[in-house]
Parts: sequence; C-alpha cells; structure tokens
Amino acid sequence: MRLLTHNMLSSNIRGVVNGFPLRIEAGKVVEKNVEINGDFLKNMFVKIDWKAFVEASQSMGYTELPEEADSSMLDSDEFLNRFHHALLELHLEEGALVCPETGRRFPVSKGIPNMLLHEDEV
Amino acid sequence: MGSRPELVAPPEIFYDDTEARKYTSSSRIIEIQASLSERALELLALPEDDVPKLLLDIGCGSGLSGETISENGHHWIGLDISPSMLNIALEREVEGDLLLSDMGQGLGLRPGVIDGAISISAVQWLCNADRSSHNPRLRLKAFFTSLYKCLSSGAKAVFQLYPQNVAQRELILNAAMNAGFGGGIVVDFPHSSKKRKEFLVLACGQQSMNSSLTIGKTEDEKGFSDHDDEDEDEENHTVCFSDRHRRPFKKQKNNKNGKGREWILRKKEQMRRRGNDVPLDTKYTGRKRKGRF
Ligand SMILES: C[S@@+](CC[C@H](N)C(=O)[O-])C[C@H]1O[C@@H](n2cnc3c(N)ncnc32)[C@H](O)[C@@H]1O
Repeated sequence: MRLLTHNMLSSNIRGVVNGFPLRIEAGKVVEKNVEINGDFLKNMFVKIDWKAFVEASQSMGYTELPEEADSSMLDSDEFLNRFHHALLELHLEEGALVCPETGRRFPVSKGIPNMLLHEDEV
Repeated sequence: MGSRPELVAPPEIFYDDTEARKYTSSSRIIEIQASLSERALELLALPEDDVPKLLLDIGCGSGLSGETISENGHHWIGLDISPSMLNIALEREVEGDLLLSDMGQGLGLRPGVIDGAISISAVQWLCNADRSSHNPRLRLKAFFTSLYKCLSSGAKAVFQLYPQNVAQRELILNAAMNAGFGGGIVVDFPHSSKKRKEFLVLACGQQSMNSSLTIGKTEDEKGFSDHDDEDEDEENHTVCFSDRHRRPFKKQKNNKNGKGREWILRKKEQMRRRGNDVPLDTKYTGRKRKGRF
C-alpha cells in the first residue's frame, strides 16, 4: 500500500466520527521506482490532506517533506520529486493501520491492508 | 456460462485458490475480463486531458480489470473480499493498491477524493444474504452511499453486472438512486443471449443524466428487432436510460412462439449466403406447432 491510498483511507467502524488518518505501524517498508508525472501530482495535490501525509511519510521513515505546502510549490522540481517519492514509491509491506478513535488495528500483510470489519463494527 | 456463482457460495468461499487460479490460466476468462473492463472505462468517459486519474476497482479480484486501468494510464485502488483473488493480483504484480474489504460494509474512504469507479461482475453478489446478519438492502445502501461520498463531484461509476432477474436489477438501481446517483442501464448486444452485457452507469453530483451520459450507439434504427446475428459488430450497442421514474429498461419482446417466421427466413438467407446447405422455404417454415410439443 502506498501513501496515496493511505491518504484516502479512513476507518468506517460504526460510531466512529473521525476515522482519519489511520496511524501507521510500519513493520516493513519497500521502495519501488515509478516514473514521475507532474499532471497527476497536481491533480492529487488538491485532494491530499497534507498534514496526514507528512505524518504518514515520517512513520514510514521518510522525513524530506515540508510541514506545510501550498500549490505554488508545485512549480519546484525538487518539491515535486519529494511529493512523488512519498506518494507513489514508498510501500507499506507489513505492519498495521490503527483507527485514531478506537485504536482498532487493521493488519497489513504482503502490502494488503485487511479492512474487513467484525460483525459488531458494521 | 454455467450456474450462477452467487448461488453456489459466498464470494470469499466461491473465489478460492482454485477459482482464482483460473484468472491467470483461462484465456477465455482473461479475454472477457479485459474486454468488459475496456468497455466500462469507455462508459466512464473520463475527460480526455491526458491527466492520470485516481480510480476505484470494486471487486478487483485478480487485477485483470485493474491492468486495463493501468494500460489506460490511470492509478487505481482495488478492493476485494477474496484473499485468494488478491493473491493472484499480487502474483501478477499489478500497479494498483489492493485492499481486503467487503463493499457491503461500506467503503472507508474520504469524501470527494476519487475520480471514478469501475466494477466488473461484482455488485450482484450484494443481493445475496450469505449470513444471518446480512440484509441485502442495507448492504447495497451502505455500499452506494459510501461510494457516492468518496467520489468527486461529477465523477461516474460503471458497473458491469449480471442481475438474476428484474427484481434484482431494480433492487440495485433503487439503492443507487436513493444514494443520490443519477444514471441508468446500458445494454450491449441486447438481442444476443450469449453476448448480451449490462452496465449500470451512475453519475454523481449536479450534472443531469442527459447531459452527462451521451454514450452508446445503435447502428440501425431497427435495433429492437429480433435478430441474433453472430456477426454483429462492436457498433451494435443499444442504450436504455432510465431514472427513478421510469422502468429500468424495456421489457424484452418475449415471443412465446419462438423467434417467428420472419426471423427464420432471414437466418436461413444468411446461412445460404455463407454457402451452407439450407432447406427450401415453404409454407411450413416457422409455422406454429400444436400444443403437444
Ligand atoms: C467476476 S470477479 C471479478 C474479477 C476482477 N474484475 C478481475 O479482474 O479479476 C468478481 C469479484 O467480486 C468480488 N466480490 C464479491 N462480493 C464482494 C464484496 N462484498 N466485496 C468485495 N468484493 C466482492 C469477488 O471476490 C470476485 O473477485
């Protein structure tokens, strides 16, 4: 799972009001190179919750993202490269996602988060 | 197609390792999944601005449909309830992210972030109650409501589905409309029992149905005649739109007496043109049979 997906995911356990962002417990992180596409990054920038994105990247061991970002930064190649790397090249292979409200752990195995809810959570 | 898989077992049981393996080994399945996905993407009618989009693949399974999305240059998140199917997707090294998730529990995604969604032969599974706690109506509602929320305004979702009957089609359509979607059903090859394919095309946001969905083609105006040509080409799509106020789609002309003389004569002529040996047309051709048959 990439941070692109993490930034979109939220816990939908019944009764949870704010299930975003899920806290990352990183067991194993891998990197895979992907070709950069500025248009996609610009399309995604407006949707990304930056604060959650920075925290998530830090929990994956990447600390090069600025704490704050605004769209004017999209003109900088250096910024785009970092944004790209954190968004699409870091994969959480093993670990867990933790619901911020209830502490419920969603295990991640072979890169796939298990988001199945128990019957009493639906 | 054999018996309906939904009637055999719950999806996470039916799509076990053996069934999942077919998605890498059966060229027929691979071909069908790819062509259905291509068509679904076409119906999604994304803006042609060369900007890669973030799409959902609901019931992504082995990732065959996702590969089609990747080939078209978009990013995707796939979710599926079957671990065996997702394992195949891992084996294929698909480019999308995968989630083990039950769409009937609702999608846990932030509002307005997804640019579009496709789903191939998956949603009809929600019409079954596989556990005592399952209520198809509620599961469809949870699914469509959460989907509506996570799509950005104006985004579309296209579902290829095999509803079991009219009631099931209506159950699905109503759940979608109640969640706020506009849209309707597109039928490709409506007169061919083999090639007939149904797509539910939904749009989210203010755009009205008519302006947002200008898809599908009917090659000839006689689209509703009874022919069942083997060599129908790709252009022969028939579109039926519907909304809450209309029946989801036209009743099939159901001729109790079979296909009729006209159809038989046409078919025979066609066979002759192909050089086949065909019996002469007589007054008995295509006549009604007595009740003892
Ligand atoms: C016909 S297969 C589609 C396969 C997929 N398009 C591919 O390329 O492999 C239908 C899929 O829907 C999934 N499915 C059925 N019910 C589901 C549910 N409630 N939530 C998520 N996925 C479901 C099944 O596990 C199966 O993988």
